[in-house]
Amino acid sequence: MRTLRFLLQKEFRQMFRDKTILVMMFLLPVIQLGILPLAMDLDVKNINVAIVDQDHSAYTQKLITKLGASGYFKIVTVAPAYKQALFSLENGKADIVLEIPPSFERHLIKEGNQSLNVTADAINGTKSGIGTAYLLAVIRDFNQDIRLMSNRQPVAPAIIDIASSAWFNPHQKFTWYIVPGVLVLLLTLVGGFLSSLNIVREKEIGTIEQINVTPIKKWQFILGKLIPFWVVGMIVLTIGLLVARLFYGIIPLGSILLLYLLAAVYLMALLGFGLLVSTISNNQLQSMFIAFFFIMIFVLMSGLFTAVDSMPVWARTIATFLPITHFMKAVRMIILKGSTFSDVLPILVFELLFAIGLNALAIRNYRKTQ
Amino acid sequence: MDPQINLKPSSPAAAGAAIECKELTKKFGDFVAVDRISFHVNPGEIFGFLGANGAGKTTAMRMLCGLSYPSSGHATVAGFDVYRQQEKIKQHIGYMSQKFSLYDDLTPLENITFFGGIYGVADKVIKERGPALIRSLGLENEASKLVGALPLGWKQKLAFAVAMFHQPRIVFLDEPTGGVDPVTRRQFWDMIYEAAGTGVTIFVTTHYMDEAEYCNRITIMVDGKIEALDTPAHLKQRFACDNMDEVFYRLARTARRSDS
Repeated sequence: MRTLRFLLQKEFRQMFRDKTILVMMFLLPVIQLGILPLAMDLDVKNINVAIVDQDHSAYTQKLITKLGASGYFKIVTVAPAYKQALFSLENGKADIVLEIPPSFERHLIKEGNQSLNVTADAINGTKSGIGTAYLLAVIRDFNQDIRLMSNRQPVAPAIIDIASSAWFNPHQKFTWYIVPGVLVLLLTLVGGFLSSLNIVREKEIGTIEQINVTPIKKWQFILGKLIPFWVVGMIVLTIGLLVARLFYGIIPLGSILLLYLLAAVYLMALLGFGLLVSTISNNQLQSMFIAFFFIMIFVLMSGLFTAVDSMPVWARTIATFLPITHFMKAVRMIILKGSTFSDVLPILVFELLFAIGLNALAIRNYRKTQ
Repeated sequence: MDPQINLKPSSPAAAGAAIECKELTKKFGDFVAVDRISFHVNPGEIFGFLGANGAGKTTAMRMLCGLSYPSSGHATVAGFDVYRQQEKIKQHIGYMSQKFSLYDDLTPLENITFFGGIYGVADKVIKERGPALIRSLGLENEASKLVGALPLGWKQKLAFAVAMFHQPRIVFLDEPTGGVDPVTRRQFWDMIYEAAGTGVTIFVTTHYMDEAEYCNRITIMVDGKIEALDTPAHLKQRFACDNMDEVFYRLARTARRSDS
């Protein structure tokens, strides 16, 4: 224990002298958590619509007004012919073209049906897909309206009215979903990179030789590296939670203590990974590449952006074995759902196994005698 | 400074030998870095390890310090086996590597405290002897500076002091005076003599031949093998040379290996 005390004293002294690390430790959670979630909003808004109105009737006016009022669409142009509207799609001014054929109103009243043409720019698949769906919803709604307005007997198809209510995120705020995710991302980046670059740095400078020639125990050395980064990680988490509260009004529903406990164990697993990478590599560049390779996989497969459940089976299998996937899930559970200790216990055990396994590997892989 | 002052009667490999080495070999693939070297070092002796660059001095020393596994042969350091008891060896030795390897981002006293603590020197002793050591090194004015800002000569003296701080039985110095000015080199050897005077065994590699004269006994390594092992006086006599430079040239010019 005494040896550990000297190791920690030395690590913290070095850390506090490294102004860059100190500044990044505070700036990273504040700036990135402040900016990224806003930019990552998956809600589709500002869909640019070009309308081809060949009817110029009261009905088309109503439809156009309704589109504009929905809040999702921006009508960029009302072109007289399809060709011109398509041109604005081609040059990127419009995302969707809505073509209203001549005698739109007349057909609707007399024959009771009329088709519309919707053309979408599918380069951004999400935007075109969701945009088209929104557009169709608005048109369907419009359809209902005019059926009621017309004197015609409503054909009254049995309409199933679906009322949905969003649990755990009643206003379906995107930030509620993404902010806890970005917090996990930051923790993973900071912990993963700092730890994977540390021991290898001592190898590069040569100071590890002076350590290796002392009777220090391998576990003492690894633990002496783990603890300082663990403290950094907990500070980043604290700042992150404050930012989530102040910027986005996200207050964890569940126990903060549980959140810290889980993060503490997850960080140990993550740092064990970083230290393992550090013992494998011979220089910081190698270490950086290896860490980058894995952290990229961790982040993209963790369910931060896409739901793990909708991944192909092989990807889901990989995701299931990543500590970050479960940690991400548990953090969202605790923050949004108010999950309790017993809910996240299996995840806690899973993280703990990884923490023990990865650190044991790091200790084993660190060799004092070549 | 009289080089003979600490000359001990070179008793044969006694039970109390500080370092005992038989047929010690290190291979890297097909390359034999150290080729069946055998020697013993007596307690309290200043043992010089000479050789051109790439002769295998550092590799041999790293095996003795428990930093590297030998490929074959036997060796004990402070009575402990180099294959199985490296960590025991490490408790009893001090080591100063060729490349400066203290922490540049710590002050001299912080380095002393850290390594002292790792070696298990008591807090009280660190508190008393640490600052005293800084004074004796003449580093009082640099106490608040980080080691990285010190000139090389001072860094080397500090590295030696750190290697000696936990009062090891044997201290290994790998080219301790490389790149250091003559005055500092002289001071450095004063420190070595002082340490040897307290009974510490000194194992030192160098390629400065004037320094070889300061050693009680020296070995000259050529291409991984020991070509000569004796007191400087005997070696000069045997090769009929006036100084160690000539002895070295006569032996080393047969070398096939150069910088590795």
